[in-house]
Amino acid sequence: MPSRSDSSPWRTGALVLAPWLAILLLWYAVAYSGLVNPALLPKPHQVFARFRELLADRLPLDIWMSTQRVFMGVTLGIVLAVPVGFLLGWYQGVRTFIDPVINFFRALPPIALIPLVIVYFGIGEVAKVVILFYASFFAGVIVMYEGIAQISPLYVRVARTLGATDGEIFRKVILPLTVPHMLTALRVALGVAWATLVASELIAAQQGLGALIQNASSFFQLDIVYLGIICIGFIALAMDTALRMVARRLVSWQERIA
Amino acid sequence: MTAGAAVQPARIRFDRVSVDYATAAGPLTVVDDVSFDIRNGEFVSVIGPSGCGKTTMMNIVAGFVKPDRGRVLLDGEPIAGPGPERGVIFQEYGVFPWLTVEQNIAFGLTLAANRAPQRERREVCERCMALMGLSDFAGAYPKTLSGGMRQRLAIARAYAVKPQFLLMDEPFGALDAQTRSNMQDLLLQVLAAEGKTVMLITHSVEEAIYLSSRIVVATARPARIREIVDVPFAYPRDEALHERADFGELRSHIRDLVMQEYAAQQRQVARNVN
Repeated sequence: MPSRSDSSPWRTGALVLAPWLAILLLWYAVAYSGLVNPALLPKPHQVFARFRELLADRLPLDIWMSTQRVFMGVTLGIVLAVPVGFLLGWYQGVRTFIDPVINFFRALPPIALIPLVIVYFGIGEVAKVVILFYASFFAGVIVMYEGIAQISPLYVRVARTLGATDGEIFRKVILPLTVPHMLTALRVALGVAWATLVASELIAAQQGLGALIQNASSFFQLDIVYLGIICIGFIALAMDTALRMVARRLVSWQERIA
Repeated sequence: MTAGAAVQPARIRFDRVSVDYATAAGPLTVVDDVSFDIRNGEFVSVIGPSGCGKTTMMNIVAGFVKPDRGRVLLDGEPIAGPGPERGVIFQEYGVFPWLTVEQNIAFGLTLAANRAPQRERREVCERCMALMGLSDFAGAYPKTLSGGMRQRLAIARAYAVKPQFLLMDEPFGALDAQTRSNMQDLLLQVLAAEGKTVMLITHSVEEAIYLSSRIVVATARPARIREIVDVPFAYPRDEALHERADFGELRSHIRDLVMQEYAAQQRQVARNVN
């Protein structure tokens, strides 16, 4: 292990880039090896060329639409998951009965719900957000209640011995202890939402990265399929990194950093 | 603060107190018909085998547990729940990890029960930090503190709301021997500076004698009173006390009592296994 002192920005940069370069090299190696039919595997520079071409065309709108849907779905999902997860985590008795129900719904693949979503919510924006909401809510609620259930009752006891009322205990003890779990729930929900995006955009979407991928696949434009996948991956990564930085600031008091 | 202080009124009175815990096999009595007084300014330790029910006794005074029979009176009144006049120090410290050292100490003073204006809060914090040797760590989060420092912080936080009672449950149990000994001396110093009525739960005979004016020896579960021992040494006390012959005699007397109760507990366990 290199010690912390010799981790210059250059070194850190190189270490961050290395695995990406390795993937790129592997990709070229497979493409040039002849193991795969060249028509079935576009090369990285071809995908990059497509990227530049589409950047001037539909790609910005696709990214905007997808990001907007994910944002809406995750926001609604977390807004509901935080209080529900909190109640389930805090009242152990309730959890015994509700836990199986939550796990039942969480196990359902969102794609299987699409026919029903179309029936009840039509084929507009609402339907797509509903799918993303569903996925984020169940991912978030579980993280949330598992976290809350682990909060040590000791802190509540200490606060009581210092004279805290129920309201003060909630505001000054439980709320700050909830923040790290909210942030983790948000991160998990965001990841799940991006993973569910393509399924949600199966519903008659004209724009969006999922729509881009599906349209391209009907025309066998594999380079665009690759491009769409890579875009989803990088946007999800960027959002997660941003959230992690926020978390590090907000909950720097934690023994281990999320 | 020696046995001669018997004229002081009882602040805490255990009056034929019993506590049962519900278990799968029916109710289990953990405290059985316990009566004793803690008088003003006394330092009373309760010592006994682990799991005997001594923590339950402290939890009744703290207001977390209600007796099933008998009553515990605080200045003549039954205890309704936890309150800031009874500072509680837990073995696991319970310092708030999301607050800095200074914010932890100020916590009690921000509550409606003992709200103090900001200036007074500052003064109290600074005094408590100085008292506990934490002044250099005012802005530090507990994750950066050692076990001994966390326990000092817990004591400082309890002190900030000026409790009349200090209830301590194995407060130094998780500390290494050296830190533990330092903490005992620090506690004696702090108590000499601002007198409190103290109830300490411990399983260390040495610690009980060194700190207390009286020692309640509890039996194996259910906790009954085996013997109440007056500790004749005057305060202030220092480390040299450990070397005195009469300290040694008292230690062997109490150790005998405690060992007998440990043996009784072992027999209980063996019976339950068979």
